[in-house]
Amino acid sequence: MTAGSPNSSADSSIAEPIVTLSGVTKRFPGVVANDDIDMAIRPGEVHVLLGENGAGKSTLIGLLSGLIAPDEGTIAIDGRATQIASPRHALALGIGTVFQHTMLVPTLTVAENLLLGEPWWRRPRKESLQRRIEDLSKSLGIEIDLDALAADLSLGEQQQVEILRALSRNSRVLILDESTSMLTPEGIEELGDLMRQLVKRGLAVVFITHKLKEAAAFGDRISVLKLGRKVGEISPDRFRSLDHDQLIAEFVEMMFGKRSGDPEDVVRSPHPELRDRQPLLSVSGLTLAPARGNPGLNDIAFDVRPGEILGIAGIDGNGQTQLARVLAGQQRADGGDIRFDGKPVTDWPVHARRDAGLRYLTDDRLGEGTVGSFPVSINLLLKQIGDPPFWRNGIEQTAAIDAHARDLIRQYDVRTPSEHTPIGRLSGGNIQKALLARELAEGAKAVIFNKPTYGLDLANTLATRSRIGDVAQSGKAVLLISTDLDELLALSDRIAVLSAGRIVGTVDNEPGARNAVGRLMGGLAA
Amino acid sequence: MSTDALQASDNPEPRPRAELLSALGHRILLTVGPILVSLIIAGLILVFVGVDPIKYYAYVLDRGLFSPSGIQQTLTRMAPMLFLAAGLIVAFRAGIWNLGVDGQFLLGAVTAAASAPLLVAVVPAWLAAVIAFVIAACVAMAWSLVPALLKAYHGVNEIITTLMMTFLGISLANVLVKLAFLDPNTTVPQTRTLPVEDRLPRLFDTTISSGLLLGLVAIIAVHILMTRTAFGLKLRTVGANPHAAIHAGLNVPRLTVAVFALSAGLAGLAGAVDIIGVQGNVRADWNPGYGLLVIPMVFLARFNGFAAIGFVLLLSVLSIGGESAARRLGVPNHFTLVLIATVLIVLAIVEYVDSRFLKKTRA
Repeated sequence: MTAGSPNSSADSSIAEPIVTLSGVTKRFPGVVANDDIDMAIRPGEVHVLLGENGAGKSTLIGLLSGLIAPDEGTIAIDGRATQIASPRHALALGIGTVFQHTMLVPTLTVAENLLLGEPWWRRPRKESLQRRIEDLSKSLGIEIDLDALAADLSLGEQQQVEILRALSRNSRVLILDESTSMLTPEGIEELGDLMRQLVKRGLAVVFITHKLKEAAAFGDRISVLKLGRKVGEISPDRFRSLDHDQLIAEFVEMMFGKRSGDPEDVVRSPHPELRDRQPLLSVSGLTLAPARGNPGLNDIAFDVRPGEILGIAGIDGNGQTQLARVLAGQQRADGGDIRFDGKPVTDWPVHARRDAGLRYLTDDRLGEGTVGSFPVSINLLLKQIGDPPFWRNGIEQTAAIDAHARDLIRQYDVRTPSEHTPIGRLSGGNIQKALLARELAEGAKAVIFNKPTYGLDLANTLATRSRIGDVAQSGKAVLLISTDLDELLALSDRIAVLSAGRIVGTVDNEPGARNAVGRLMGGLAA
Repeated sequence: MSTDALQASDNPEPRPRAELLSALGHRILLTVGPILVSLIIAGLILVFVGVDPIKYYAYVLDRGLFSPSGIQQTLTRMAPMLFLAAGLIVAFRAGIWNLGVDGQFLLGAVTAAASAPLLVAVVPAWLAAVIAFVIAACVAMAWSLVPALLKAYHGVNEIITTLMMTFLGISLANVLVKLAFLDPNTTVPQTRTLPVEDRLPRLFDTTISSGLLLGLVAIIAVHILMTRTAFGLKLRTVGANPHAAIHAGLNVPRLTVAVFALSAGLAGLAGAVDIIGVQGNVRADWNPGYGLLVIPMVFLARFNGFAAIGFVLLLSVLSIGGESAARRLGVPNHFTLVLIATVLIVLAIVEYVDSRFLKKTRA
């Protein structure tokens, strides 16, 4: 991503704030989510809220967008203390929020989505909307087909529609909640440009992220949250005086209390001896017909050796999930061979592949990885239902199941009130730990990780990565599918780039790999 | 906070028990409360149509529960309802809305009624009963095959298909009684009658059919199947999250067909137990519509087999008592339905209020 030059106009730092928070505190049972927070949101600034998961960012957005009310302290709009009573009230006050997960109605067109929320007795005025949106989008340099179905838009486009929706209601403050977490690198860059356009027009943008680099690239003013408290702020003047590396160092200092390099910057030491081993998982000529929303697979071939981490790079939606599903046996390929541990497993069902030691850690933790309403203990055995010793003659052995669960919970440090807690109540990081426990449990020989750190906070991200490193260290083969290039460079021995369902190149992870992979991802030869 | 949580997990005994009790009390309050409120609302309706509600309820209770003949009729009628509830619990827990139990019930009943009198001529009565039960279950399963396959392999909404198949099934049962299985010795269109001595034995010196015991066994077996076995867990996984079921390597289409077979089979058994236990034959146009009555009870019981026994008893009391009250007080038989529907609506409202407002204050 290019560092958008923090070019707030000279008077912005003295502009009157639109929203001022003073001494705002919000408590939930057992936690102080926001603790005595002071903050001013001014026009013409991208105000970055930086913090890990659980730092209190979401609560703060909830307060600003009228979803929850503070227990103590005041929120002043234009200098006047105001109770933001509801999301509708927040909109009326000029505070628009774009939430992390898109709130568009997928079966309606873009225009219809934009017209939602108008008074019910009025006929939707599509023509005037058309003009307004065209003006807006032209001046911002984005192109949106108003007649396209919301479901057919990419995530980045959906986000642009939501931003347009907020703007078309004359928002003065635009809150972007973790908006980059679902975007491709290009999408992130586009969003950065868009934010610059918006602040140039005198809007105040609040940009929430836990990614240090995005904060450094897009911000004017940075507020760092940690465990509900605001632990630091960098003013635009100071922001401009620091270069990228100094900024990162400062963020890390504020967020983690110790000065170090970007903790995500780890370099994988090469393992040349891997070359001589026999491949554990080898795939050849794997094809899958394209389907709605994915390009299918086209003649995929690769080998993974014991102890090796093969990274699969590529922008989201280029066939990664299909590849993982076909390898795990959830989906049948149209052609090609999969050999695992010397045996052809192409026609094996999921259960047989798992028993043989081929494991798949899904990226969709709640959607397919777990049954949210089932207890942790059952979710840990979800892929072994009916297997002894947990079931005997088909009858559940509660003691064995609970003991197994307690064992894994301790081993993998899953923070849960008990093994009987429904897994859906745990945080994302703890659900991921439970899934790691399930897939790495006895007998794993090769593990497919699909975006293993997606949506996790830094602490859990680093813990998961070191777990993946350990898995390879212990002689298992690892296929690491990720959209995060830093992650791939930190862990992989080799990186294959997937584009439109085809492997367009494979690069050894040595100095220069970043450029080579980047070129491949950008459609150039390495 | 997380360390507290961890410590709590080391020592799970003392607190949760009290919590469990209070949760149970809460649940009972949330179930019994709406029923009382509904009785009051339904009572107001009775006042409106000019009937003394106290008298009506007292009469229903007397005829359905407290008089010796009433309680015996009530318990006898529970048998088919328990089988239906069992079939519905299997399906609903697996996330499959088999609303076609009435058609499956009736086809099971008709085939049992047609086969049993013929069978007793060749084999002992108990064996005839067993064979008739099996035939009824198989016919009902076969009837559910079309919705099952459509759902399993093409994702066609089973609510629509099973409801449609019920209309066809009821008509087919009628046609079978009038054409194929007609008893030539009677003038009214009905099947051959199974002699009273060849029906299911009665319990002790009462008129209660032993079908009640079969029904209880069926629903408890289903409850254990769904909560304690690997097969039940697989079905619940499919119901709770089909994507997770595929991810876990379960054969979702096959399990779906199995659920339909179990559910419809139990509905067919419900028909058989009513015929071989009580009715002895099927008259043309006979359709008690138990299925649609039992569905709300299964929801009230939250798919719990033991709770369902209690609610089926309640339904049975209301319907037996309501039939007598209809004759005596002139309140239409359908008033039972009005009462049950009121209970459901009040329950839904209470549930909403509880999750929306009360949980907040307790949290």
